[in-house]
Amino acid sequence: MTAMSAELHRLKTSAELALADAFATAKPTLPGDPAAVALRETAFGHFAAAGLPHRQVEDWKYTDLRTLMRDAKPLASPPDADVKARALGAGRILAGVDCRRVIVVNGAFVPELSDLGGLESGLTIGSMAQALAQGDRFVSAHIGKAAPAGDVAVSLNTALMGDGLVVRVAKGANVARPLHIVSVTAGDTAIASFVRNLIVVEDGGRASLVESHEGPAGVDYQVNTACDLVIGEGAEVDYLKITTEGSGALHVATLMASIGARARLKDLSFTTGGAVVRNQRLLRFEGVGGFAGIRGASLLKGRQHADVTVVADHRAGQCQSQELFKAVLDGDARSVFQGRITVHPQAQKTDARMMTRALLLSETAEAISKPELEIFADDVQCGHGATTGALDGQLKFYLMARGIPAKEAETLLIQAFIGEAIDGVEHVGLREALMDATAAWLAGRG
Amino acid sequence: MKPMLEVKNLHVEVGGTKILHGLDLAVNKGEVHAIMGPNGGGKSTLSYVLAGKPGYDVTNGEILFDGDAMLDMPADERAAKGLFLAFQYPLEIPGVATMTFLRAALNAQRKARGEAELSSPELIKRVRDIATKLGIDHEMLRRPVNVGFSGGEKKRNETLQMTLLEPKLAVLDETDSGLDIDALKVVADGVNRLRSPQRAFVVITHYQRLLDYIVPDVVHVLSKGRIVRTGGKELAFELESTGYAQYREEAA
Repeated sequence: MTAMSAELHRLKTSAELALADAFATAKPTLPGDPAAVALRETAFGHFAAAGLPHRQVEDWKYTDLRTLMRDAKPLASPPDADVKARALGAGRILAGVDCRRVIVVNGAFVPELSDLGGLESGLTIGSMAQALAQGDRFVSAHIGKAAPAGDVAVSLNTALMGDGLVVRVAKGANVARPLHIVSVTAGDTAIASFVRNLIVVEDGGRASLVESHEGPAGVDYQVNTACDLVIGEGAEVDYLKITTEGSGALHVATLMASIGARARLKDLSFTTGGAVVRNQRLLRFEGVGGFAGIRGASLLKGRQHADVTVVADHRAGQCQSQELFKAVLDGDARSVFQGRITVHPQAQKTDARMMTRALLLSETAEAISKPELEIFADDVQCGHGATTGALDGQLKFYLMARGIPAKEAETLLIQAFIGEAIDGVEHVGLREALMDATAAWLAGRG
Repeated sequence: MKPMLEVKNLHVEVGGTKILHGLDLAVNKGEVHAIMGPNGGGKSTLSYVLAGKPGYDVTNGEILFDGDAMLDMPADERAAKGLFLAFQYPLEIPGVATMTFLRAALNAQRKARGEAELSSPELIKRVRDIATKLGIDHEMLRRPVNVGFSGGEKKRNETLQMTLLEPKLAVLDETDSGLDIDALKVVADGVNRLRSPQRAFVVITHYQRLLDYIVPDVVHVLSKGRIVRTGGKELAFELESTGYAQYREEAA
């Protein structure tokens, strides 16, 4: 008890104190068997010892949560019928794509709104809250295993996780029809939700997965979402994260991917929404010959702030990681790219590359790029590059000289710029939906 | 009859350096004018000022196209009015498919002129027909605009665009530079197919060679920012044997 008080003593800001209060109050009702309770306690202890990350914490240098998060919103309560009704139109961005939609409203999985019929052979979908309450051994065996100790966003998520999905793709199973996890914040009051998903694609399995996040405009709600993604040997996963949160939202997301031998992960983060977005993609190569293609496309305007932080942790040899992040910034928007590649001594023949490109459409937009390489093996290839600039005036003139008006010429060039990142998505329908969303964003630029 | 293009006493500066010093030029419809001259004389500047490239300061003079003052129009409006510039160095546009680019260009021009937009199947058919006539590989149409094209392929692509867009006035800026004889023939063939009593061409070139294939009605010598001599097609042959040295000295 004394130790706990000493730790709590470090929490000073009103947001930190409110989080401590929320944890103390909610603890008895948060789902979980004794093991899960212990997991939550440990995680909260990490948070209590560190507090909200601020600019002196290197990993959060450009996204100072202590400043950006003025208060902590009350934890979301289970959605009632009215709230569920408001969530009905969610996931519209992929309306034209044949996906299996499962719906999470205000942090709670809502089976009756979800498409759970005729599951592909080898696919199971369940509730995280239920699994935690029942002490599900599959969940306890995997949750938090790929999480780096000390990441405060993950610690808070683990301490306060309410619900989410547990998805399992059995050995050798193929889930070709995208599984779309639609996370929606509904209602007019600012709430906080802590969603935790666990997705395990076992050896040789294949899956196309999408998570999207949306909510009301002008409400300063908070989302902390995390996903443990375990990719077995030789398995292949296409992952797409779409963030179209409301204009007032604070959105913190973490993907923790464990990549098995010869496994392949292709991941794209598409971000147009939220006031403050911190999107962490933490990859861990656990077996030889793994591949990860990690891409991002952000379209930001107004005073939006979006930070994508990627860590590629090469623990096994002959793995490849390729990162390509693109941002289009208008108004006073700010994008942050932090990419760290760590190559452990045993990870010989690693091939790791990252590239980030930002396109500035206004004088006041800002792009920050911070690559880090930590290489402890000698036979590796690592590289990084970054460019920031305005639209190419020569190209624009070429298009205009063919009769294309200035605005349309810019649109074509911006679409082409973003298209390079989106091209990595295998599924044609998803790719087209994202290009349409890009066009819609550009049309909204005015 | 008023000329289709009238350039009157045109003075142009780029970054504070005077490039054109009172250039006059009149081109009637149905005519092909060649503009020749030494490097650095202002040939490319003239083409860019005609097309409306930003960064060229017109300090004096005017340009009339079909009787309308053109200097205040942005490049896209000039194009919609029927002006086409074939670039000396066509740009590569990664990520923009050739067909998307052609559709955007043609339909933007049609829209600006109050004409109905062309449907995709119609456009594709039209583009393919032109490509076939010009001997352009259809594979080129599937690639992003000019990306990975050889110099010759880029110029063929310019010719294809010109043919599709059917301009009233086409300005060809050193289209022959860096071309082998086959590509040169494709470009010349494209121009010759488009020649009509309603259409005019300004062919800017350093060498007489292109004019063996595109026979001009009028030849001008542009040096030190002015037209210093005008004559018939025989002037091109004369320049081929005498070179430009005398014009450099005269103008200086």
